[in-house]
This record gives sequence, C-alpha cells and structure tokens, in this order.
Amino acid sequence: MRRHIAYIASNTFREAVRDRVLYNLIVFALLISGAAILVGQISIDIERLVVINLGLTAISLFGVIIAIFVGIGLVSKEIEKRTLYTVLARPVRRWEFIVGKFFGLAGTLTVNTFFMALGVFAALLYVSQHFQHSDVWVLVALYFIILQFLIVTALALLFSSFSSPLLSAVFAFSLFIIGSFAEDLRGFAAMTQGATRWLATGAAYLVPNLSALNIVSSVAHEQPVSAQLVLFNTAYALVYVGMVLCGAILIFDRRDFK
Amino acid sequence: MAAIEILGLEKTYAVGFWRNRPKQALKPLILSIEEGETFGFLGPNGAGKTTTLKLLMGLIRPTSGQARILGMQIDDLRVKAQIGFLPEQPYFYDYLTARELLSYYAQLSDVPAKTRSADVSGMLERVGLKDSGDVQLRKFSKGMLQRVGIAQAILHNPKVVFLDEPMSGLDPMGRREVRELIEQLKQEGKTVFFSTHILSDAEALCERVAVINQGELKGVGRVADLTSSVSGKVELVWRGADIPAAIKGLGAQGNVIGDTARAIVPEQSQEAALEILRREHLRLISVTPLRTSLEDYFVSKLKPAEVAVGVNR
Repeated sequence: MRRHIAYIASNTFREAVRDRVLYNLIVFALLISGAAILVGQISIDIERLVVINLGLTAISLFGVIIAIFVGIGLVSKEIEKRTLYTVLARPVRRWEFIVGKFFGLAGTLTVNTFFMALGVFAALLYVSQHFQHSDVWVLVALYFIILQFLIVTALALLFSSFSSPLLSAVFAFSLFIIGSFAEDLRGFAAMTQGATRWLATGAAYLVPNLSALNIVSSVAHEQPVSAQLVLFNTAYALVYVGMVLCGAILIFDRRDFK
Repeated sequence: MAAIEILGLEKTYAVGFWRNRPKQALKPLILSIEEGETFGFLGPNGAGKTTTLKLLMGLIRPTSGQARILGMQIDDLRVKAQIGFLPEQPYFYDYLTARELLSYYAQLSDVPAKTRSADVSGMLERVGLKDSGDVQLRKFSKGMLQRVGIAQAILHNPKVVFLDEPMSGLDPMGRREVRELIEQLKQEGKTVFFSTHILSDAEALCERVAVINQGELKGVGRVADLTSSVSGKVELVWRGADIPAAIKGLGAQGNVIGDTARAIVPEQSQEAALEILRREHLRLISVTPLRTSLEDYFVSKLKPAEVAVGVNR
C-alpha cells in the first residue's frame, strides 16, 4: 500500500522535472546573484538584510506559484487525459493516489527549495565573506516556507479534486492571499460584535494561518526563533494539511469519472 | 465458472444546472461471461458501453446492482490485480518513454521487482515496440499508443482483459495488429471483454456478443445463433436490361450492368420473385442465398436513424 504512494509520488516528481518546473531555478539563480552583486555595491551594513529578505521572499513566491499551478493540475489533468483510468483499474486505492500526488509535489518543492537555499547561502557568503550564528534562523525560516508550500499544495490538490483548473487556481491563490493576512483577519474578528464576530472568527480560523509561518523579516533582523514556535507551527501545518487532504480524499473517493 | 457476472448494474446521472434531472445511462444490466470467452459488447456511440466498463472498473459507482469478476466483488483490490483495462482512445503520460510507463504500471500492479524489467522488455517485444521502448510517448503514432495501451493492460498477466473500443481510430494495419493481439489472448485462455461499434471485428473475434442501445441490453448470444434469428436474403441474377417493377415491389434492391440484372430480395419473397421472372420470360442465371451478417442482426435491433449515426463498418 505504502509502495503505491511512493511510486505515484516518484512519478509525479518525474513529471514535474520533465515539465521543466525546476527551470525556475535558473531565473532564481540569476535574480539572487544579480541582487547580491548589486547590494554589495550600493548598500552599507544592510547587505545581509537585503539578501535574506529578497532571497527568502523569492523562494516563497516561486514555490507558491509552483505549488498552485502544478498542484491544480495534479488530479484534473489526470482525469481530463484519462491517465487516471489506467491507474485506478489497478490495485491502487483512490486515497493512495491523492496522497502519492501530494508527496510527489511536496518532494519537488523541497528539492527546489533546497537548491534555492544554496543560492541564498552562497549570496550571503558573498556579501559578508563568512557565515554567522544567526544564519541558523534562516534555515528555520526556510523550514517554515516549506510548511507553507505543504499547505498550499494540499489546498490546490483539494480544489483540483472537484473543480476546473482555472477555478482551482483562483480558489487556491485567494486562500494563499487571505492566509497571508490571517493574523490581521483574527485581529479584525476580535474587534467585531455579534454575528459578524462569529463569522469573522470562523473565517479567520478556517483559512490557513500563513502569516504565522512567515518569519522572513525577523530572521533578516537576526532575531532568534523559539523552539516553541517551531513546534507549534509544525503541529499546525501538519494538522491543517492532514485535514485538507482528508477533505480531498473524501471528495475524490465519491467522484464519478464520467 | 463465470469470469464476469453483471447482476443488474444500473447507472443514473443527475444532470441539469440544479442536478435535478435524472438521466439513465444504463438500465439494469444482467450479463454473464464465462472464463476463457472472448465477448463482444456492441452498440452505437453513446449506447452505454463505456459506462458499463467504467462501472466494472470502479471508475463510476452504480446507482444500483452489483457485479463480480472471478467470483469477487468489483471493489475488491484482489480483483484489480487480476484484470487489465484499456480505456477508449487512451492517452498516457507523454513525458515518459514506453519502457518507463510500463515499469510504472508494473509497479502499481505489484509485479515483483525481480522480474519487472524482463517483463517490461518482453511485453515491448510482444506488441512490436522493442525498438521504440526508449522513445518518449509524445512521439508515438496513434497505432503505437494503442499497442502501448494493450501492453499496459496485459503486462501483469491478468486473467480478464477489458478493452474499450480497441480498434477505434486505427488504420487497417493497426486494426489487424490489434486483432492479432486479441487472438493471442484468446489462445492463451484469457477472458476478453471488448466493446466496439465495428461489427466485422466482433464477428471475427467473438464467440458471443451482446448488443446494447440507449443503455438497454437488446440481445445476447452466439454470433451464429443471433444471425440465424434474422430472416435471410437471396440474390437473383438473370439476363435482362432492367428490373421489373413487380420485383421492386417485393422490397428488392438491385442493379443492372450491361444485359445482366441483379436483385437481392428477402428470403420469403424468393418464390414470388422467381415466378415474376418466369412470367416475364427472363432467363435466370443464378439464385444465391446470402449469409446473414452480424450487421443485419445489429440493424434489426436498432432504429434506422440510430444505425445511420452509430454503425461504422
């Protein structure tokens, strides 16, 4: 059973690589090396801050775009092209297919992030000539970015399991934007009264709290990250992803492939 | 023992904007196919053939009824390891090579890792793709893709093979190759259930056929029995420059070439037609009974309008 998930995940990874998804690394490499050379010339004492901010934001943006645009096609493309039929006619359960697809794209994004992270660290080394103790927090920020990718991938997969690619992209991107302001939404909910409060609070807790996973600014200012936050964010992301995947599986399991 | 037992499978879709209009795609279907049998599932486009196959593959859920394959319920995973399926007009992961695709499917079908590579190579050779195994599928012709489709369906040595319109869209060579592959499966003792609207293929390959139209089973049986149930026709040839109006009045179809006339009349009108020829003093050359084809049976089960749209021979 677990082998099927690994086979489907590895095929999804291979598809992403052959669809030239990882070509974004070239654009990223050009961007980060250009930025490092430029800030080295024009900024005084804030080179590291600029490189970390720019690098991590670019990693996050590139990854989210891949998660959404590859994620929305993960299931719908297989249905549209009927490749799914030959998979589900084998001893493969529908939930294995969904979970395999999720891990395939999650693996692609992790590999992608790994190479982009190497670029950021190379740029940091270039601008400050040595690594610092606070660079560990950059690693934590990268870890949180990967957690964001897992959530966005699961959401794209959920929408892909019942909706068209275009609508899935709109839904997933909207949730990503709203989720990036989840803390503000919670603040707004706390200020309202009556039914609005219930509704706003419900919406604030329903959308993914991606703002809690964004610590780019604080690590750029070399502020440490507590172990408690790492544990809490990990648990939150895993539970959220688990629930979204369960939703995707429930929908996918009941679907008729007409 | 029955390899496939369809016990009242039925499918109704909810259609319309509010999904409040029921549309019955398949009326309760009862069908039994024996082990080792090659069975043709015939019908015009939109008759319910693909719906039946999708129900059997678990791709759509039945509204009611059930089915068993090799004595097991169709949602039993053990069944899935024993069956092979070729969907209609298959499209595969075109970024993979044929070898990679078959390896992937072999993994999903639990083919042991020890024999997987050899099995894939053997299958590529069997379907005539030995030299194209390492070419990406995006570069394959339709006929080659169909062969890959059949390869993936039989790669894991299933006992029952389901083929949805396996000859559809193929040129005469491609059709012949697919026909030969089905013949091989038949010789290996596999149960083959294939849907088609190309009657000559069914007639050549199947022991039994079923005819379905508008989601309803119209007839099932041995090809010879079915065709004998349709009244035959007789061809009359005589020396003459035209076809007498009285013969045309018998429902004859005919033509005249030079001084030889030819007419095909229903078997029951044979005597009347001969009497007319005698009366007109026309010299009879031959009287030949025509063999009733599966197409005649098929036509007798469908309305004329549907035949014009659906039958492609």
